[in-house]
Amino acid sequence: MQIYLPIAELSVNALLILMLGGGVGFLSGLFGVGGGFLMTPLLIFIGVPPAVAVGTQANQLVGASVSGVLAHWRRNNVDVKLGSVMLIGGAVGTGLGVWLFGLLQKLGHIDLVISLSYVLFLGTVSSLMLTESVRAIVKGRGAPVRSKLHHHTWLHGLPFKMRFPRSRLYISALLPAFIGFVGGVLVAIMGIGGGFLLVPAMIYILGMPTALVAGTSLFQIIFTTGLAAFLQAVGNQTVDIVLALLLLVGGVIGAQFGTRAGAKLRGEQARALLALMVLAVAVKLAVDLIIRPEDIYSITLPVIR
Amino acid sequence: MTRRSRRLLALPVAILAGFCLWQASRPAWAQSLVADLSSHLIAITTGFTGTDVVLFGAVDGDGDVAVVVQGPEGEVTVRRKGRVAGIWMNVEDVAFARVPAYYNVAVTAPLDGVVPPTVLQRHEIGLDYVRLLPEKAKLTPEKLAEFRAALIRNKQRAGLYTTEVGEVSFLGQRLFRTRIYFPANVATGTYTASVFLIRDGDVVSAQTTPLLVSKIGFSANVFEFAQRNSVFYAILGIMLAVTSGWLAGIVFRKS
Repeated sequence: MQIYLPIAELSVNALLILMLGGGVGFLSGLFGVGGGFLMTPLLIFIGVPPAVAVGTQANQLVGASVSGVLAHWRRNNVDVKLGSVMLIGGAVGTGLGVWLFGLLQKLGHIDLVISLSYVLFLGTVSSLMLTESVRAIVKGRGAPVRSKLHHHTWLHGLPFKMRFPRSRLYISALLPAFIGFVGGVLVAIMGIGGGFLLVPAMIYILGMPTALVAGTSLFQIIFTTGLAAFLQAVGNQTVDIVLALLLLVGGVIGAQFGTRAGAKLRGEQARALLALMVLAVAVKLAVDLIIRPEDIYSITLPVIR
Repeated sequence: MTRRSRRLLALPVAILAGFCLWQASRPAWAQSLVADLSSHLIAITTGFTGTDVVLFGAVDGDGDVAVVVQGPEGEVTVRRKGRVAGIWMNVEDVAFARVPAYYNVAVTAPLDGVVPPTVLQRHEIGLDYVRLLPEKAKLTPEKLAEFRAALIRNKQRAGLYTTEVGEVSFLGQRLFRTRIYFPANVATGTYTASVFLIRDGDVVSAQTTPLLVSKIGFSANVFEFAQRNSVFYAILGIMLAVTSGWLAGIVFRKS
């Protein structure tokens, strides 16, 4: 069934989009990530203009994060105070990211920056995750080694200290705000929630309890993706509601099956699989950057004056 | 005004009147070409997957017929990638002003060698003769040719420029017809279908018919809404996402 996307100005097979949404939703449910890092490149691959892919994906992620946060909220696994501080940084980052996106688009480097940031961030995070989870699998079911509960580094010497009772932390507010800021920039430029980067940062830099990390990062992602979707829709008119709706329907259903399947996987196995998948995306994009493109010339969409 | 000056004015007025009369009578004997389209409006609806438009017409004698369909013009930037530190990135760009978004040409017989290039150039008949001018004039001819060819190649890959010259077929002596395909990714705007009658290496008659490509129905409403009330559109989009996420959370709660 062909359907014309009014903003992307493209005719696509509705079933294909539903299946893409379902497949990515399944994986995101399985691993507890947003799945934006898979969906945005896939959308660009089927011919959706990068700007529309990023804008629409941000909108879609709002829905995915809401449904994710609900589950964590019921278990009381959301630190609203810390999430709100992250959000302040996130809002600034998103605003900057949307502006940067427009600027890079004008200069003709947006595709390169999207690809490079994917390779850099996805490559680094997935390699770290893969080595860590493989080590855990090899070691068997041994508990993760923790040398010290509380490292004292220069990070703790930063000003504006704040108490976060839910996470039992007493840290500088600048830290979560900065992590949120980085996440916000990524949302706007890469069309991803940034969970794969936020989660390790919150565990290793902030030292948050692992149980609270997923819910709190999702809580923050709802608002950064929402803001990104809003700014992209108002500033660049690049949110395609029809495409977003198709992705949402597919994604929401896929995620539920993914969550059930995920319950059967052991933590380190799931992490290793996720890391492999993310690494595959990063390698694919890296190879595309290095090998000679089929046509070294490209054209922009016409600008009517 | 004196009588003398009034008489002086009478002469040009008479000439002008005579010219107008001659102009008005001219089509009576110069109407050597008539043509029309099967449809003047291409409606992009939700189920739009591309469409054919038939152009048909009649001529008063022999000669070749060429049909050129061009789309709305806009500025297009052509970028060339180069290898920088092992990575392929855009290193050079040339902006072309007034590039037609769509270009299609069809002829009854090949025109190369029959019609002088200057004539083809004037009427933009054939991809080699489409007017694609760079914004800045300071470009070497080789570079311009290179970027121009790249622009055409990219447009062809998108299915928006013809890859081969189409065929205008004659039905008997006088009637001709041709089929023009518009792909699903066609841009909205005003198009022109120009028909040329060519005799002895020159265009003896021409006619231009407008054609409108427009979004209709649901997709048009969504597009309009997104452009005009972008704030409400943005809020609606987010509400839609929040609601479906919320619903999913409730429906699948038991799991």
